[in-house]
Amino acid sequence: MHEVDMTRALVLSMQSWREGHRPQQPKVSRVNLQVGAFTCVEPEQLLFTWKVAIANSWLEGAQLAIEPVPLLGRCLACASTYTPAAEQGYRSPCCSHPMEEIVCGRELRIRSVDYELVEANPPPNPQPLNPVFCP
Amino acid sequence: MHMPLEDNLGLNLLAANQHQAAHNREHFDAWQLLCINVMSSPGAGKTSLLERSLPLLATDFAMAVLEGDMTTQLDAERLEAVGVPVVPITTGRSCHLDAAMVAGGLRLLRQRLDPASLDLLWVENVGNLVCPAEFEVGEHRKVALLSVTEGDDKPLKYPVMFREADCVLITKTDLLPYLPVQVERIEDHIKQVNPHCAVLRVSASSGAGIEAWHLWLHQQVAAQRSALLAMPAPQPSSAAAPLSLAR
Ligand SMILES: Nc1nc2c(ncn2[C@@H]2O[C@H](COP(=O)(O)OP(=O)(O)O)[C@@H](O)[C@H]2O)c(=O)[nH]1
Ligand SMILES: [Mg+2]
Ligand SMILES: [Zn+2]
Ligand SMILES: [Zn+2]
Ligand SMILES: [Zn+2]
Repeated sequence: MHEVDMTRALVLSMQSWREGHRPQQPKVSRVNLQVGAFTCVEPEQLLFTWKVAIANSWLEGAQLAIEPVPLLGRCLACASTYTPAAEQGYRSPCCSHPMEEIVCGRELRIRSVDYELVEANPPPNPQPLNPVFCP
Repeated sequence: MHMPLEDNLGLNLLAANQHQAAHNREHFDAWQLLCINVMSSPGAGKTSLLERSLPLLATDFAMAVLEGDMTTQLDAERLEAVGVPVVPITTGRSCHLDAAMVAGGLRLLRQRLDPASLDLLWVENVGNLVCPAEFEVGEHRKVALLSVTEGDDKPLKYPVMFREADCVLITKTDLLPYLPVQVERIEDHIKQVNPHCAVLRVSASSGAGIEAWHLWLHQQVAAQRSALLAMPAPQPSSAAAPLSLAR
């Protein structure tokens, strides 16, 4: 189940965000995501794996709010937008044009984070959590 | 004091991975090599294609392979014999490679050679049509394989992979006479989700289509060289600053 990996990646990105608040600590109440229909992520699965991933972590108790974003393509033959019938095909119903432009639906976006700042006690580890490795 | 705050981030859920991937790419550009991420479902023929192609390409390009497919039977000895080192990547049972794993593989490779001597770096990803499409590793090009035995509906069922690919190889075409599948339908389904990618028919067994595939590769290497010439001399950034995302 790749939502486990997605959740891990999300938690890593959240840790990078936390780094930016040093030396204070953000206590997160809600993470607001946008998840497009044209991605590899199932919102339901993500909600489930999120709860497991944040247990006993600095994100414990943070709610994950997912705003689903439908897939919208733009037909480049006539400029109208359409939602493809997915497994039935991705051509535009108006002109049978292939799906060239995607207007929305590719979002895997942390839109915003709701939190309060607390004095770190004990102070956060001085080592950055997400070092970048030189290959 | 406890103040309710809201940070508008608007950043990708995979930002941490993308940050590492971008850093990998900075090094690749400084080394002036082209990195190709090879992806498919398990058994579509990634390893067989590399085994067919690399000895032929070795006359034109200096290459190395980062091998992330745990089940692979890659004949490392045969590739090493034509001067292509093969380095396994530890995936820790993950169903895809991420940028940090590829950075780790490169560190191992650097114990054996100077990557600046390479023209092409191959990454064989874990067999999976789902998440490798979303996890960048720093590659310049994505190549997706789809074997004719998988049926023609795969591009519609796993459209993200085929949308993201720069080149889709329809593999095992030597089996077409024995299958009810129509290769034109496979091609049409790929083109529906990605009208601009190259779609090539190949057989690692018979060698059919391999020349066109190699032509595509030569074009990509040439395109990357001119792209690098047009860029300011790449310098891997500021001792790899960790990603920091507040506000
Ligand atoms: N008939 C035929 N079989 C192939 C071809 N390429 C690979 N195979 C077979 O498909 C199986 C999986 O191939 P492999 O290269 O290991 O796939 P990978 O998992 O994507 O690396 C092996 O049994 C190969 O012999 C081909 O072009 N034609
Ligand atoms: Mg393999
Ligand atoms: Zn139209
Ligand atoms: Zn570096
Ligand atoms: Zn995965």
